[in-house]
Amino acid sequence: MEEVDVEPTTTPIPGFDSNQKHLGFVWGPGDILVYETIYKASGGSAGGCPFVHEVRKDEDIYSPILRKLFNESHHIFVGLQRIREDLPSKNKKPQFVSISKNYRSVIRACMEELQQVAVYHNDSLGNTLLSLELIWNLCEVLFIDAAPAGSLVLHLLDWVRLHKADVDEKAREVLASESPAEHQAYWDVVISYVLQGRMDEARQVLVKQAALQPAARVMFKLLDNLLMKMPIFNPGETQTLTEFDVKWRHWREEVDHCLQDQSFASNRHLEDICKILVGDEDVLLEYKELLSTWYHFLVTRLLFSHPTVKPTELHYYAQSSMHMFLDTRSVPEPLDSILLAAFEFDIHQVIKDCSIALNNWWFVGHLTDLLDHCKLLQSHNLHFGSNLREFLLLEYASGLFTHHSLWQLAVDYFDHCPEFGRVYLELQIERVPLDTERKALKVIRICEQRQMTEQVRSICKIMAKKALRNNRLGSALSWSIRAKDAAFATLISERFLQDYCAKGTFSDLDLIDNLGPAMLLSDRLTFLGKYREFHRLYGEKRFSDAAKLLLSLMTAKIAPHSFWMTLLTDALPLLEQKEVIFSADQTHELMFCLEELTSGKSQLFTLASLARVKQLFTLH
Amino acid sequence: MEGINAKYVSKKISKTRWRPVSSSSLQQPDIFATGSWDNEDNSISIWSIGENGVSSMDDEFEGDPQLLCEYKHNGDVLDLQFLDQDRIVTASSTGAVTIFRHHHNSQTLSVSKLWERAHHYPCNNAPCTGVVCNSPEIVTVGEDGRIMLFRADQEGVLRTIEKADSSAIHAVTFLRTTEILTVNSIGQLKLWDFRQPGNEPSQILSLTGDRVPLHCVDRHPNQQHIVATGGQDGMLCIWDVRQGNMPISLMEAHTSEMWEVHFHPSNPGHLFSCSEDGSLLHWETSSNTDTPSFLQGGRNTSIISRSAIAPAGGNQSLINAWLTGDSSKGHLETTHMLPSQMLSVNSLDVLGQCLVCGTDGEAIYVNRHVPI
Repeated sequence: MEEVDVEPTTTPIPGFDSNQKHLGFVWGPGDILVYETIYKASGGSAGGCPFVHEVRKDEDIYSPILRKLFNESHHIFVGLQRIREDLPSKNKKPQFVSISKNYRSVIRACMEELQQVAVYHNDSLGNTLLSLELIWNLCEVLFIDAAPAGSLVLHLLDWVRLHKADVDEKAREVLASESPAEHQAYWDVVISYVLQGRMDEARQVLVKQAALQPAARVMFKLLDNLLMKMPIFNPGETQTLTEFDVKWRHWREEVDHCLQDQSFASNRHLEDICKILVGDEDVLLEYKELLSTWYHFLVTRLLFSHPTVKPTELHYYAQSSMHMFLDTRSVPEPLDSILLAAFEFDIHQVIKDCSIALNNWWFVGHLTDLLDHCKLLQSHNLHFGSNLREFLLLEYASGLFTHHSLWQLAVDYFDHCPEFGRVYLELQIERVPLDTERKALKVIRICEQRQMTEQVRSICKIMAKKALRNNRLGSALSWSIRAKDAAFATLISERFLQDYCAKGTFSDLDLIDNLGPAMLLSDRLTFLGKYREFHRLYGEKRFSDAAKLLLSLMTAKIAPHSFWMTLLTDALPLLEQKEVIFSADQTHELMFCLEELTSGKSQLFTLASLARVKQLFTLH
Repeated sequence: MEGINAKYVSKKISKTRWRPVSSSSLQQPDIFATGSWDNEDNSISIWSIGENGVSSMDDEFEGDPQLLCEYKHNGDVLDLQFLDQDRIVTASSTGAVTIFRHHHNSQTLSVSKLWERAHHYPCNNAPCTGVVCNSPEIVTVGEDGRIMLFRADQEGVLRTIEKADSSAIHAVTFLRTTEILTVNSIGQLKLWDFRQPGNEPSQILSLTGDRVPLHCVDRHPNQQHIVATGGQDGMLCIWDVRQGNMPISLMEAHTSEMWEVHFHPSNPGHLFSCSEDGSLLHWETSSNTDTPSFLQGGRNTSIISRSAIAPAGGNQSLINAWLTGDSSKGHLETTHMLPSQMLSVNSLDVLGQCLVCGTDGEAIYVNRHVPI
C-alpha cells in the first residue's frame, strides 16, 4: 500500500471519549455511520449509548448556492460530451477554450452570489471558489489554450490582472480625491500598474504628478516616453518572435542607459519604476506588498526579464520566484504547490493535489474530463482498472447520488463513464427512495432508456406491492403492466377473484371492464376479464354468447381448477332456462369437465351440489 | 428561442403558474408562482419579472425573475393553482391541500387554510396529485382514487367521491361549472357531474389498444367539448367528449412522458406541451398552408399524425385543424422552445405573450415574446 501523503484529519465525535469506549462504524455511499459500542477500551463491556452519528465529508453539496454550480456545470458537461469526435483537434481547441471559460464563469457567478450573502456562509467557501477559479484559469492558459512563447507572458499577465482587481479600486479612489498626486496611495497605484504591465494607465496617472512638478518636466517626459515605447508582443502581426526579441532588447538597453545616466536620481519613485522596467529583482521584492503573491512576482519578472519565455522554461522561473518571494521558514500552502505543479506542466500532480485539498470531487472531475477531451492526459491505468477521468467522475457522481435531489444529475455522469458507469448506475438507482408515483415514473424512465430491465421490474414490483397493500388494485395492475410482470398480474387477479368469491360482486369494475390487450399479460388476468365479460353478457341476457364463453373458459383451460366449481355452478341457471342454450356437443363438454373435476380432489366439493349438477346434466 | 435564459434556483421545480391578470387590462403577466419537489425542504415561491413597459425587439436587458417571497411546503408540490389574485392552492405529496395567501404589501406568504388528510389510504397518506379551482370551489384528486370538493371559505369537505377510480388519478380539469374530467394511470378519461349523486362517472373514454397512463388534461378555452391529453408515451391526443369514446386525433409529440399540456387561453389555435424528455413544444394551427411560422426560429419537427376518426361536419373553423391534425385540412407546426440536452421540463404556463416553465435541472425559463 502506498504511503499517505498528508496526515488524515481527525473529526471528534461529540459526547464520545475514545479513551473509554471503542467506536464502531460502517461505510455509506458518501458518509460513515458511527456508534459507540459496548466494549470498553480497557476490555470488558458496559452499557451502550443510543446515538448513531452520521459523519459527512462533503458539506458543500447541501449549500443552495453551490447547487447552482452543480446544475450549470452539469449542463456544460453534457454539452462537452456531445462534441463530435471526428473533428480534427485543431478546430476543437477554440471550442474547448470556450467551454473552459463557461465553467469559469459559472464559478465566478457563484462567487459573486456568495459575496452578496456573506453572512450566511463564512468566507472560506468564497475563498475556496476564488482559488478554484485561479487554478482553473491557469490550467486553461497553460494546458488548454497552450499559448506558445511570446503570447504566453501576455496570457499570464491577463491571468494575474483578473485576480488582482483591487488595483482599479485603489486607482478610482486616488483619482477621485481632490489632489490625486498627493494621495498617500498614489505611488502604490502607479507602481501596481507598472507591475501588471498596464503602461497606458500608469502613464495617465503619472501625468497628474508631472503637472505638479513643472521643474522635473523633462524627467517625467523621459519616463513617459520609455513607458510608451515598451514593445508588447502582438501575435496577430507578422512580426516573429525573434524580431520582437531584438526590439525588446534595444528598448531595455535604452532604459538601462537612463539608469546609468542617473536621469531619475532625484526622484526615488521614478528611479524604482525604471529599475522595475529593467527587471531588477531586488527592487521588485521591495514591493512585495503590492505584488502580494509569488505568482504575481513571477509574471512581472518574466514580463520585464524574459518576455519570450517558452512554456518548457516556465517551471524554472516559477520555482525560483517562489523561493525568492516566500519566507523560507513558512510552509507552502496547498494552493502554492498546486500552482507550482501547473507551471511544471505536471497535470497529474495538479489533479492529485487538488483532490487532497478539496472535500468534493466537483473540481477535479470536471477539469480532468475537459483535459481528457483535449487529449492531454496519458491513459493511466489505475489499480481499479479504469482511467483517471473515469475514476474521478465516478467518485463525483456517487457523491451526488447521496443527495436527495441532485441524484438526477449523476445519471448523466455515469452515462459517460464507459467502463463502470453502467454498473454503478444499476446499483445506485435502485436505492433512490420512491415516495410518489411521479418520482417512480422518472426513475423507471431513466432505467428504460438504458435498457436496465431488471431495475425496471424491481421498481415496478415495489410500487405494485405498495399499491396492493393500500388495496389499490388498479394502480397495482398498471405497474405490473409497465413491468410486463406476468407473475404479479396473476397475483392481482387472484385478489380480484378472492374478493368476488367473498363478496359475490366484482370491485373496481372500471378496471376489469376496460382491460383491453393488457388482459393477455397473464392467464389469470385473461380469465378475470373474460369471466367478467360472461357476467356482463348474462346481465344483458345474451345467454348463448354467455354460454359459449363459459364453456370456452373451461375447455381452453384458462380457468384455474379451483374456479371450475364456481363456473359449473354458474352454468346451472343457464341449464335451467326454458329454452335450450347449450347444444348437445356443449353439454357433452360440460359433462366431461364435470367428470374431470370429480375425478380430482373431490373433498373440495359438497356431494350435494355434485349430485345436483349430475342430475341436471343427465336430465338435459 | 432567443432571449430565453435559465434562472437557477437550487430546487427542482415541479409546477409554475402565472398569476392571472384581470381580463380588462391588456397587461402582460408579471408575477408567477413556483412549487418545488424532491427536496428535503420544499417550498412555494412567488417571483416577479418586473414591469413590462417598453418592449423592443432587441431588448437585451430583460432582467432575471426576482424572488419576492417563499414559504415552506410540507411534501412535494404536485399541483399548484391560483385561486384568485391573492390566494394559491397547492396539492402535496403528503395528501394535504393548502391555501396560501400572498400579502402584496409586505411581500409575504402565509397559510390561509389547510386540509391535512384530504387524500389518504386506510393507514397512510396518499399524494394529492391534482387541483383545479373555480373560485370559490376547489376540486382535488389523488393517488387514492378519490375526488374531493372543497369551498375556499368553508372548513369541511363539501363532497367526497369515494372509490372514484381503482387506479391513481393524475389530473383534473373543469369542463363546465358542474362537470369535471379526470385522467388516470390506466389511460381513462372520466367525466363527473356534480349535480348527480353517487360515485359513478357519467362517461368513461379511453383509447383502445394499450392502456397508456395519462398525465395531463386541458380543455379548449372556447369549445367545451374539445379536450387535449398527454400521457406516458408522449402522444398528444385530442378528444371530443360528445362523440363516442375514442380520441379524434393522435399525434406523436415527445419521446417520453408528457407532463403538461395547455391550450393558450386567448389564442386557442396554439397549444403547448412539455415532457420528461426535456423538450417544450409549441403547436400552432393555421388555415393557410404557406404560413411562414417556420421562420420564427427554434427547431421545427415534422409531425406524424393519425386521424382516429374522421371529424363530424365539414366546417372550416380552426378547430378542424386540431381534430384532424392533418396538413390537408389545416396546417400544424411544432416548434421546440428550449435548448436541447435538458433534464425533464415538469411544468409550463402560458398567458398573453409570456411563457414560464420549470425543469428538473433546477432552472426556470421565462419567455416574454412567445410568437402567437
